[in-house]
Amino acid sequence: MDQFVQLILAGLATGAIYALAAIGFTLVWQTSQTINFAQGEFVMLPAILVLAAVKFLHAPLPVAVLMAVGGFLLLFGFGFKQYIVNPMARHGILPLAIATMALSILMKESAKDGFSAEAQQFPSLVPEGAIQLFGATLSLRDIAIFVVAVVAIVGLQLFVTRTKTGRMMQATAQNPTVARILGISTEKMILLTFLINAGLAILASFLISPVYLAKFSNGEVIGTAAFIAAIVGGFNQVRGALAGGFIVGLVDNLAAAYVSSAYRAAVPLVLLVLVILFKPEGLLGSKEERTV
Amino acid sequence: MTRHPVFSRIDANLATLLIGAVILWFAPAGLKSYGLYVISLWLVMSIAAMGLNLTLGYAGLKSLAQAAFLGIGAYTTALITAKGGIIGPGWSWPLAFVVSGAITFFAGVILGFPALRVKFHYLAFVTLSFATVMFLIFRNEQWLTGGVYGFSNIPRPSVMGSKLDNDLAFFRFVLVVTVLLSLAMWWMLRSPWGRAFTALRENPLRAASLGINLRAYTLLAFAIGSAYGGFAGALYAPLVEFIDPAPFAISASFVLLLTVVVGGQGYFLGPFLGAAFSYVLPEVLRATGGLYLLIYAALVLILLLITPQGIIGIVEKMRENRRQKAAQEQRNASKVMLEA
Amino acid sequence: MKMSKRTALLGGVTLTLGLGLGAAMAQETVKVVGVIEMSGAGATAGTNYKNGAQMAVDEINAKGGILGKKIDFVVYDTQTNPGNTRAAVQRGVDEGAFAIFGPVFSGPISASMQIAQKAGVPQIVGGEAAGLTKQGVTTIFRTSLNQADAMPKLAEYFKNDVKANSVAVVWVNNDFGKGGRDAIIPELQKRGIKIAADIATESAQADFAADAIKVKSSNADAVFVYLNEEESARFLRAIKQQGYDKPIVGETTLLGAKVIELAGDAAEGAKGHVGLSVDAPNPLFAEFGKKFQAKFNYKSDHNGIKGYSGMYMLKHVAEKTGKLDKEAWLKYAHGAIIRTKDEPGILIDSKFDANGDVDRESFLAEVKKGQQVITGTLPPVNKF
Repeated sequence: MDQFVQLILAGLATGAIYALAAIGFTLVWQTSQTINFAQGEFVMLPAILVLAAVKFLHAPLPVAVLMAVGGFLLLFGFGFKQYIVNPMARHGILPLAIATMALSILMKESAKDGFSAEAQQFPSLVPEGAIQLFGATLSLRDIAIFVVAVVAIVGLQLFVTRTKTGRMMQATAQNPTVARILGISTEKMILLTFLINAGLAILASFLISPVYLAKFSNGEVIGTAAFIAAIVGGFNQVRGALAGGFIVGLVDNLAAAYVSSAYRAAVPLVLLVLVILFKPEGLLGSKEERTV
Repeated sequence: MTRHPVFSRIDANLATLLIGAVILWFAPAGLKSYGLYVISLWLVMSIAAMGLNLTLGYAGLKSLAQAAFLGIGAYTTALITAKGGIIGPGWSWPLAFVVSGAITFFAGVILGFPALRVKFHYLAFVTLSFATVMFLIFRNEQWLTGGVYGFSNIPRPSVMGSKLDNDLAFFRFVLVVTVLLSLAMWWMLRSPWGRAFTALRENPLRAASLGINLRAYTLLAFAIGSAYGGFAGALYAPLVEFIDPAPFAISASFVLLLTVVVGGQGYFLGPFLGAAFSYVLPEVLRATGGLYLLIYAALVLILLLITPQGIIGIVEKMRENRRQKAAQEQRNASKVMLEA
Repeated sequence: MKMSKRTALLGGVTLTLGLGLGAAMAQETVKVVGVIEMSGAGATAGTNYKNGAQMAVDEINAKGGILGKKIDFVVYDTQTNPGNTRAAVQRGVDEGAFAIFGPVFSGPISASMQIAQKAGVPQIVGGEAAGLTKQGVTTIFRTSLNQADAMPKLAEYFKNDVKANSVAVVWVNNDFGKGGRDAIIPELQKRGIKIAADIATESAQADFAADAIKVKSSNADAVFVYLNEEESARFLRAIKQQGYDKPIVGETTLLGAKVIELAGDAAEGAKGHVGLSVDAPNPLFAEFGKKFQAKFNYKSDHNGIKGYSGMYMLKHVAEKTGKLDKEAWLKYAHGAIIRTKDEPGILIDSKFDANGDVDRESFLAEVKKGQQVITGTLPPVNKF
C-alpha cells in the first residue's frame, strides 16, 4: 500500500510536467494545425540557455534566466511561428510536421555542440527535503512541481475562459473563419498561443531540469510523453491534455512497478491504442468539427 | 491523339529507372567496399521508402512504423538464414525474402484494419505504438533476437551456388532486387488499381462515388507498403551482416517518413531522391566532424521551406515554369501575328 | 649580379627542398580513424572517449609523433547505430587506416569488428561486454576490464564487505547494463546471495521515481546500481528522496566524478568497485584528470581515460615493433605487458592477452564528503 501511494504521488509530479508540455502542444495544434515534433526540445532548451548564458556571458543567474526567457520567447514563440509555421502552413500538416522534426534535431545538436554533451546541474528554487504523507515520503520538490504546474494550468484556463483576449483566442482555435468575420485579429491570437506554448515550455524546463539534470537529449522522453498525453486527452482540448498528462505520468510509474520495467514504455501506448479504438475522440475530447 | 499526361510521366519514370539501373550496374566497379556499402544501403532504404511512399504519398496514410517493418524483415531473415537458424545459410534467402514480405504484409493488415475503422490519421498513433512495442520485443526477447547484444554473422545470400561475399556482386544483387521491386511498384501504380489510388488521393469523395471501396483499397496499400519494408529488411540484414534493435527504433521510422517527404511524396522517383538525401548525404557530410547532423537538419528545414513538395517539387516547379514560359511566348507570338 | 644568381639558386634549392619535405611530411603520417558515438544514445560516452584520445594525440604529436610520424586522427560519428558504424569502419579501412579507434558501445563493436579483422586492422575499443573477445576476432583490443573479470570481484565485495544476503539489481537496458547484470547475478547466487529485485531501466531515462520505490520496497540488504553516469546520478537522487538508508553499491560508473558532481549529497556513502578513475591513488591518473579538466573544461569519466590510455597503447606497441606494420603490431600487442615506467601514458600497468582482453589492478572506493575515496586495491586477475 505504501508503495502504491508513493507511486501515485511520484506519478502526479511527473504527470504535471507532461501536462504542461501537452497543453502547449494542443494549443498550437488547435490554432495552426501544427504537430510540433520538437515539443520535447522546447522543454529541454530553456534550461540549457540559462546555463549557457552563465557560462559564456558570465551573467549572474537572475540575468541569465531573464535572457533565456526573452531569447526563447523571441526565437521559439515568435520566430517559430513567423519563419517556420507561417510559410509552410498552407502546404498541409505533414511537411510542417517534418520541418518540426528537423527543427528538433537542429535544437538538440545545437545544444550538444554549442553547449555540452554532458548533463549539467540546474539550480533548484525549492529546498531539498521531504515530508511524510499517508505513510509515504514526499519530496518538497515534487510538491512544488505539482503546485506550480497546477497553478499555471488553472491560470491559463481562467485566462481563456474569463478574459476577452482569452475568449478571442478560443474562438480563433475553434473556428478561425467565423472569428475573422467577427473582427478578431486571428493572426495576433495565433501568435499569442505560440507565445503561451513557449512560456509553458520554459516553465516545464525550469521545473524539471533540477531533477532530470539539463541535457541536450532530455527532450526525447518528454516530447513523446507530451505527444501521447495530447492524444489521450483528445488533441483538441486543454482539459484533455491536462488529464492526458497526469494519466500518462501515473500509468508510466505504475507500469514500471507492476507490469514490467522492460516493457514500461509500451504500456501508455497500448493504452492509447485502446483509447483510440474505443473512443476515437480521446478520453475527454469532443468530436472535432472542423473539415479540412 | 495526344497521350494522357499521367502516362507520359510514368513512362519517363520507367525510362529513368531502367537507365539508372544500367548506369548503376557498371558505374561502381571502381568503388571500394565503403562506397559499395553506402550505395547498397541507399538502394535498400529506397525500397523501404518506396513502400512508405505508397502508404503515404498515394494512399495518404501516415505510418510511423516503417522502420519496425524493416526490423521484422531483418530479424526474420536473420533467423531463417543464419548458421544454426531455422534453415541455415545457402539457398534459404529467397524463402526468407518471401516470408519477410508475407509477415509484414499480414502485420499491416492486422494493424490497419481496426485503425482504419476509426479516423484516418489515427493510423499514425497506432503505428507509433506498434513500432514501440516491436522495438521493445527486439530488445527484450533475447532468446529470439539476441536482444541488446544483437544478432551477428548473418550470411550473404547465394546465387546459383556461389555465395555473394564479394561486395560488388552483392551490390549488383541488391540492385536487381531493387529494380524488380520498383517495376512491380510501377506496374501496380499503372494498373487500374493504382489509378484508383490517384483518384482517391485527388478526390476521395468522387472516388467513393465511382464505386471504389475506400477502406479495402487503403488497407491494401498500407499492407503492401509495409511488405516493402519487410523486403528491405530481408536485404538489410545480409548487407550489414549484424543487426541489433537500434536501426529499427521509433526515431528510424521518423527518418523514413522524413525521407519520403523530402524526396517528394506521391512521386515514383521521390523515395530514391529522399533516400539519397537521408542516407548518402550524411556519409558525405561525415567529414565535417560532429557538426554534420546540424548541417543535415538545417538543410532539411531550408529545403522544406523552399519546396514543401520535396526535392522532386523543385523539378516539377521548374518544368511548370518552363511550360508557362513557353505558353507565354506562344501567346506573345500569336499576339504579334494578330497585330501584324 | 653573381650574388643574386647564387641567392636565387639557393632560394630555389630551399624552395624545392621545402616543397619536397612538405610533400613527404604530408605522406608521413599515421592515419588513425576514430569510429565513435558522437550522437545518439552513446554520445556522452563517445565524446569522453574521443576527447581522451584527442588529448593523447595532441601530446604525442607535440613530441614528434609515433616513430617520427604525426598521428592523423579523424573521427567519424556512428550515431550509435551498428549500420553506420560498419560503414565508418569500412571507410577507415578503405582509407588505409593504421588502426581503428572505437567504438565504445558493444552492439556497434559487434557489427564492425569483422570488417577490421578481414582487413587485419587493429581496433581499440571501449566496450566492456564479455562476449566481444570470445568470438575469435584477432584484431580487437579492450581499454578496460571485461565485465566477466570485474563482476566476480564485486560479488566478493558484496559477500565479505557489505555482508548482504539479498541484493536488488538495477541495470540499464543496453548491452553495457545487460552485460553487467548477466555477469553479476550468477556470481551473487553462487555466493548464496538472493536477488530480491531485478529492475531494467531505459538508457537516457530521466524519471527514476518508480524504480527507486521498487528497490525500497524489495527490502533487500543492498542495491547494486549498474547504470551510465548521468542515469546513476538521477537514480541516486531519486532513491535518496525516498529516504533509502541501505548500502548503495556500484561498479566504476556509480562512483565516477561526474556522478558525484551531479548527484551532490545523494551520492554520499555510495561504494563499490572501480576500474579506472581519475581519483585513483595514482599520480598519473590525477595528472591526467587535471590536464583533461584544463583542456575540455569538465571532469573526465572512465571513458576519457580509456580513450587516452588506448591511444598511448597504440603508440607504445608501434614503437616497440620499431615499424608501422599492422601485422607486427598485432603480434606484439597480443600478450603485451605495458608498464607505466616505460610508457606513462598508459596510466596503469596493463597486460593485453591473446583475446585482446586487458588485465590490471582495480580499486574499491567509497564516496565520502563529496569525494571518491579509494579504500582498497585489488590485484589483477592473473599476476603479471
